[in-house]
Amino acid sequence: MVRKHFRYLIIGNSAGGIGAAEAIRETDKEGSLAILSDEPYHTYSRPLISEYLAGERTIEGIYFRPADFYKQKSVQAILGKKAAALDLAGRLVRLESGEELTWERLLLACGGKPIVPPMKGDGLEGRFNFITLNDARKLRPALKKAKEAVVIGGGLIGISLTEALVKSRIKVTIVEKMGRVLGAIVDANVSRLEEARLKKAGVKVVTGHTVQEVVASAERPEAVGGVVLDNGQEITCQILGVAVGVSPRGELVEGTDIKKGRGIVVDRHMATSHPDVFACGDAAEAYDFVYGVARLTPIWPNAYIGGRVAGFNMAGKKAVYPGGTVMNSLGYFGLPIASAGLFDPPEGNGYEALSHLEGETYRKVILKDGRIAGMAMVSDIGRAGIIFGLMREGVNVSSFKEALLSDEFSLPRCQMTCGREGSARNWLHR
Amino acid sequence: MKRVYSKEEVCIACGLCQVHCLVAHSESKDIIKAYKKETPRQPSRIKVQQKGSLSFPLSCRHCEEPWCVYSCLTGALQKDPESGIVTVDAEKCVGCFTCVVACPCSAIIPDFHRKKAVKCDLCPHLETPACVANCPNQALIFTDGATPGGTKVAAEGAVARR
Repeated sequence: MVRKHFRYLIIGNSAGGIGAAEAIRETDKEGSLAILSDEPYHTYSRPLISEYLAGERTIEGIYFRPADFYKQKSVQAILGKKAAALDLAGRLVRLESGEELTWERLLLACGGKPIVPPMKGDGLEGRFNFITLNDARKLRPALKKAKEAVVIGGGLIGISLTEALVKSRIKVTIVEKMGRVLGAIVDANVSRLEEARLKKAGVKVVTGHTVQEVVASAERPEAVGGVVLDNGQEITCQILGVAVGVSPRGELVEGTDIKKGRGIVVDRHMATSHPDVFACGDAAEAYDFVYGVARLTPIWPNAYIGGRVAGFNMAGKKAVYPGGTVMNSLGYFGLPIASAGLFDPPEGNGYEALSHLEGETYRKVILKDGRIAGMAMVSDIGRAGIIFGLMREGVNVSSFKEALLSDEFSLPRCQMTCGREGSARNWLHR
Repeated sequence: MKRVYSKEEVCIACGLCQVHCLVAHSESKDIIKAYKKETPRQPSRIKVQQKGSLSFPLSCRHCEEPWCVYSCLTGALQKDPESGIVTVDAEKCVGCFTCVVACPCSAIIPDFHRKKAVKCDLCPHLETPACVANCPNQALIFTDGATPGGTKVAAEGAVARR
């Protein structure tokens, strides 16, 4: 049996894992450090798999860090190997291959796994997920023969997949269970603008329905030929993309003492209930400054920042997670959208919504007790950063709230002095 | 590190910093050609912020802990460990503009024509950044933060002025 020891072991080779590795190496140049991933690839950008699928970028073109990254940072990359079990008492991770890795500090940055709704007849060739590079690699050859596709899920991943399919001249129907697309991150006005863009690009959008059954092709019974919706409607397709979302990969901590809700629960130092085990990214429930509690906020920047905080703490330099909320910038089908936090004010409780809609230009902020709890901007997103900054810093905006929606909105409008050095200083180490 | 700082009590919002920033980042580096021939025109990396008589130009702060770099989906944004300069690699940038939302100064400009994020690079080809060199009344200075008198320029914690 092979057993290797590392001072730092990171499970996950994406945003969170890389954020942690970089922070560790800023603090400790020597301590042995390994990154373990079941994916066989050099660290790459998952959001860019749609660019790869559309043939706009090569695999090397979506690398998240230069090809010599692991060498440069003295990281042992253990790729294409899967962790099978975590033994906290023995401080070791057992791999499926039988090897054992022991550690002094462990980071669980293992991400999420695709949610697949149950469908009668599922399991045919031509049904794909769209989370990893492997998913995109399997899907790419299918683009040549396919004419029609059904994408289940009108969220971020679904629309991203749809855009890549449309670029490959495939006719797409999106089937979304909710009443509108992007329903988990924006309000109905923004959904309407995005749906209009989708329709203009020739995409059919079916909302309020689900796929109940996958039907085999008449010519090739092993392959997808179409789907049947819950209202009986049949849609012909050769590609069925499942893009409903991800759920945290928490299998490793099951049966251990590490606390888990929907994700692995971490404190403001990104530590789990075990002081030497940390977690971040899509696998973790970390502090959300809008809700004031730890919850899932599965977006790339939060994974990286959470990983960075974890990395510093693992290496003995105290760092505090500033909190993250769901924040997105989208540009699908040419429509710029910036959104963060709440998109509709909950009933009562002192929430207030201000918005302005004109054509495809939209601005909205949601205030709670004078502080910004949510924002959305469409088309003109140039000043979204200032608003998100005010939101993150919890600045009371009551005295200039009307200015937030103004065309000439700028820093002096919100009574900020020049320089903004406050945000330039080190906010991680407090 | 040396950064570009502005003095709001001196700035008259003439906008010349924006003009010269655009020229410095153009193909030709010629003011007439940059405006009239190069389309789409390069966006300025510095923006005059104005309200009534109060104005000051603002460009990237090259933050110690840069939100934009940590939010970048592709690895295009990086902070140079030696110089501290935050740069965007146009080759790697896909124009998702997550950085635009992440930057609390809105100092990253979305170039929708080229589908690239652009920002202040402190003009590596020039001795002094173009905005500073061409400010007619020295409202912009390029310094490591300590003025000749020894006080910090635009000190930390610039938050609410009330």
